Amino acid sequence: MSAVLDNHGHAAGGHAHDDHAHDHPHGWRRWVFATNHKDIGTLYLLFSFAMLMVGGVLALLIRAELFQPGLQVVNPELFNQLTTMHGLIMVFGAIMPAFVGFANWMIPLQIGASDMAFARMNNFSFWLLIPAAIMLVASFFMPGGAPAAGWTLYAPLTLQMGPSMDAAIFAMHIMGASSIMGSINIIVTILNMRAPGMTLMKMPMFAWTWLITAYLLIAVMPVLAGAITMTLTDRHFGTAFFNPAGGGDPVMYQHIFWFFGHPEVYIMILPAFGIISHIVPAFARKRLFGYTSMVYATASIAILSFIVWAHHMFTTGMPVTGQLFFMYATMLIAVPTGVKIFNWIATMWRGSMTFETPMLFAVGFIFVFTMGGFTGLILSVAPIDIQLQDTYYVVAHFHYVLVAGSLYALFAGYYYWAPKWTGVMYSETRGKIHFWGSLIFFNITFFPMHFLGLAGMPRRYADYPMQFADFNAIASVGAFGFGLMQVYFFVFIVLPAMMGKGEKAPQRPWNDPDGQGAEGLEWEVPSPAPFHTFENPPKLNAAATKVVG
Amino acid sequence: MKIMKALWQQAGRVGLGLGAWLASSAALASVNSLPGGPAVNQLNLHPPVTRIAEEQHFLHWMMLIICLVIFVGVFAVMFYSILKHRKSLGAKSASFHESTTVEIVWTIVPFLIVIGMALPATKVVVAMKDTTNADITVKATGYQWKWGYDYINGEGAGVSFLSTLDATHRQMSDAGQPAGDDYLLKVDNPLVVPVNKKIRVITTANDVIHAWMVPAFGVKQDAIPGFVRDTWFRAEKTGDFYGQCAELCGKEHAYMPIHVKVVTDEEYSKWVEEQQKLMQARADDPTKVWELADLVARGEKVYAANCAACHKADGSGAGPIKALDGSAIVLDADKSKQISILLNGAGNGAMPAWKQLSDTEIAAVITYVKNSWSNKTGTLVQPAEITAAR
Repeated sequence: MSAVLDNHGHAAGGHAHDDHAHDHPHGWRRWVFATNHKDIGTLYLLFSFAMLMVGGVLALLIRAELFQPGLQVVNPELFNQLTTMHGLIMVFGAIMPAFVGFANWMIPLQIGASDMAFARMNNFSFWLLIPAAIMLVASFFMPGGAPAAGWTLYAPLTLQMGPSMDAAIFAMHIMGASSIMGSINIIVTILNMRAPGMTLMKMPMFAWTWLITAYLLIAVMPVLAGAITMTLTDRHFGTAFFNPAGGGDPVMYQHIFWFFGHPEVYIMILPAFGIISHIVPAFARKRLFGYTSMVYATASIAILSFIVWAHHMFTTGMPVTGQLFFMYATMLIAVPTGVKIFNWIATMWRGSMTFETPMLFAVGFIFVFTMGGFTGLILSVAPIDIQLQDTYYVVAHFHYVLVAGSLYALFAGYYYWAPKWTGVMYSETRGKIHFWGSLIFFNITFFPMHFLGLAGMPRRYADYPMQFADFNAIASVGAFGFGLMQVYFFVFIVLPAMMGKGEKAPQRPWNDPDGQGAEGLEWEVPSPAPFHTFENPPKLNAAATKVVG
Repeated sequence: MKIMKALWQQAGRVGLGLGAWLASSAALASVNSLPGGPAVNQLNLHPPVTRIAEEQHFLHWMMLIICLVIFVGVFAVMFYSILKHRKSLGAKSASFHESTTVEIVWTIVPFLIVIGMALPATKVVVAMKDTTNADITVKATGYQWKWGYDYINGEGAGVSFLSTLDATHRQMSDAGQPAGDDYLLKVDNPLVVPVNKKIRVITTANDVIHAWMVPAFGVKQDAIPGFVRDTWFRAEKTGDFYGQCAELCGKEHAYMPIHVKVVTDEEYSKWVEEQQKLMQARADDPTKVWELADLVARGEKVYAANCAACHKADGSGAGPIKALDGSAIVLDADKSKQISILLNGAGNGAMPAWKQLSDTEIAAVITYVKNSWSNKTGTLVQPAEITAAR
């Protein structure tokens, strides 16, 4: 029984099971009332890809305008709306829900649980996203257009925005609630529903990274909610939290926002680290190097992420001590991150590697994410940041870590686990086209932005001095290429798989006949994974990687 | 497969077209580097004009080189592994999967490297924050969407003006017809400062957060409404230096540039004098009650600067330009007639309106004209009457 489409296969999962074809809902009810973690995972993934396309169109409009100096496509007001909504939709609509989709699909499978702890709350977490997304996209059509204050929504500029600002605040509250509920679900599931014998230190890395990410989410989403609620009351209910005319403090908004904002970017990368930690060992045919170290490094990154927020505020005028503290703390995060990179490479070292598409994306991730990490380290040096803050150098940095980082890991995870989800193999040729196309066009788009930033081109500019023209033109061409590759991905790789087209996937597509390769309980169930798996907790071997008996 | 082929062919055609267009447009829209501003296809930070900017350059090169060395080293290892440790080459996977020693080493060593990076940076942070003992203090106020400069302390104190993007540039932007090496960087009134003097820049804003930045100086400071922040620079070269607003502030965020003109001490003193005169002219107190002689003397200056071009220095006019000497309107006991012409113009703009002159200047020039050449009315028009007539 495919969790993606209703092909009547046979249920299994390591134990006897009647074909309860009438047990689970069909048709629209199956999706609207979904409580199955696989179905909800699929819903999240499809939703996030749709949002990726919407956010991508906004990006292409931005790059079309910036292709040449002078205003050709949009006016500056609309341009600011585009940059704002591109950011909000990508962060809250594409990246975060995609990782939640992976969590839903893989965590119960990987820990030998039958489903998430709170299956109905899981359903609610997903369906909350739909009205939120509709509000965000519809905000373009409200009087005054979409919010145009940047995805960071700084006050007091937000106090000047039209009604779409309130809609966006409402949407973000809803998405925050969805994230918090999802995180509670993940934590309770991981802490309580692991199969017997799977201690925390034997748990798969993806589960570890999500456990830590879930704590980060619970800690910081309420802080964002506070910041945007205060913005709302400043706008409509006569408060003056951030409005200087009333005695308020715009810098306080930045503190509150970035206290959320910095852990937020780690929320978007830690699950990516988890995915890579599964793929590299599988394709190197070698155990992950330094599992304990990897767990501690992830936890260190998460804890450190709470004390670095003001590196987004180096130009706001904080005292010397503040600048020094936040500089030192931020530079420190490079250490555990470096440890992770070294551990992955040590996993590859003297392995026996093959380079199917998941491994291509994983290796590509390590390479390009590290570039983004280094530009982050350079930005953390406060005197340099004074030159580069609010320039295209920052845009280059965060796109390197979020696109070449998070998005590549998501692609890697898709190719790796899609045979388990859909029951069919993707075409390796097409996967390689997607990988190389994405890698090349991504770099064409974002590498020149480092130069633009060093040269002083500010962010969120609809028009720019003509000396910046050539690099902008190159970036725009690259952007269209990159977008095209993602359409290619969906039309030629995802859709056929969803329709069941392709070579039938074995239960263990990533293992050699001698068993070397992928490890984990998700490979103990058939491909496609049956609707219900691990209905009874499985008996595990000593390493908690295989079902025995 | 056929579809794929067709798609690739189409992509090729588009690519060719795009390439040709790029080449042609690059030739058309040729632009030169702007001294003190961005260079064409600039790759690095702006050439430093202050010691702080020099330090930033040094730090950036240091960080870049260290990161590049580590990057090349680490990825040389990774690519070696990718090439050699392949199943297709018959490589068999080893079984090692942990080593506490190695983990400690590659935690400690990066930690030490990071400390090494932070030490030189610390010195620069402290230096950048030291705004004491400035020679001149200027307040930069961010407005939606222009900068206001007030000289608060030091030579030039009291000078104050707004600095706005050249209006033709904004029009060029709208029309999609950019031109000029200083496109979007040209302002009407640049900030003028003397070379080799410590200039403290206080930033604040009138409405939303803006940011004042000049890459050549290595300076960027948020301009926050309700707050007063500061930064400083000591420019070591004369010249024109440019920056742009660096905090999203609304729809014209890209259209409020910064232009700092660094001049020699003598040029600066001269400029201050000019500005003070301008300010004085603008700052006349309209409630002051003048004596006839003083007002006439003042009016003569205003006449020479504004009216003589058309009405001639002797008030005789020419052709359609009315003679003021002996003019009925001037000699009329009803002052309001002449006041009205000066405020509103006449002859459908043939005589323009002079509203932009101050009350004092208008009162002075009217008084002058009523009491010069053969006009001897003895009438005084006080500035307060102009204020009332507006």
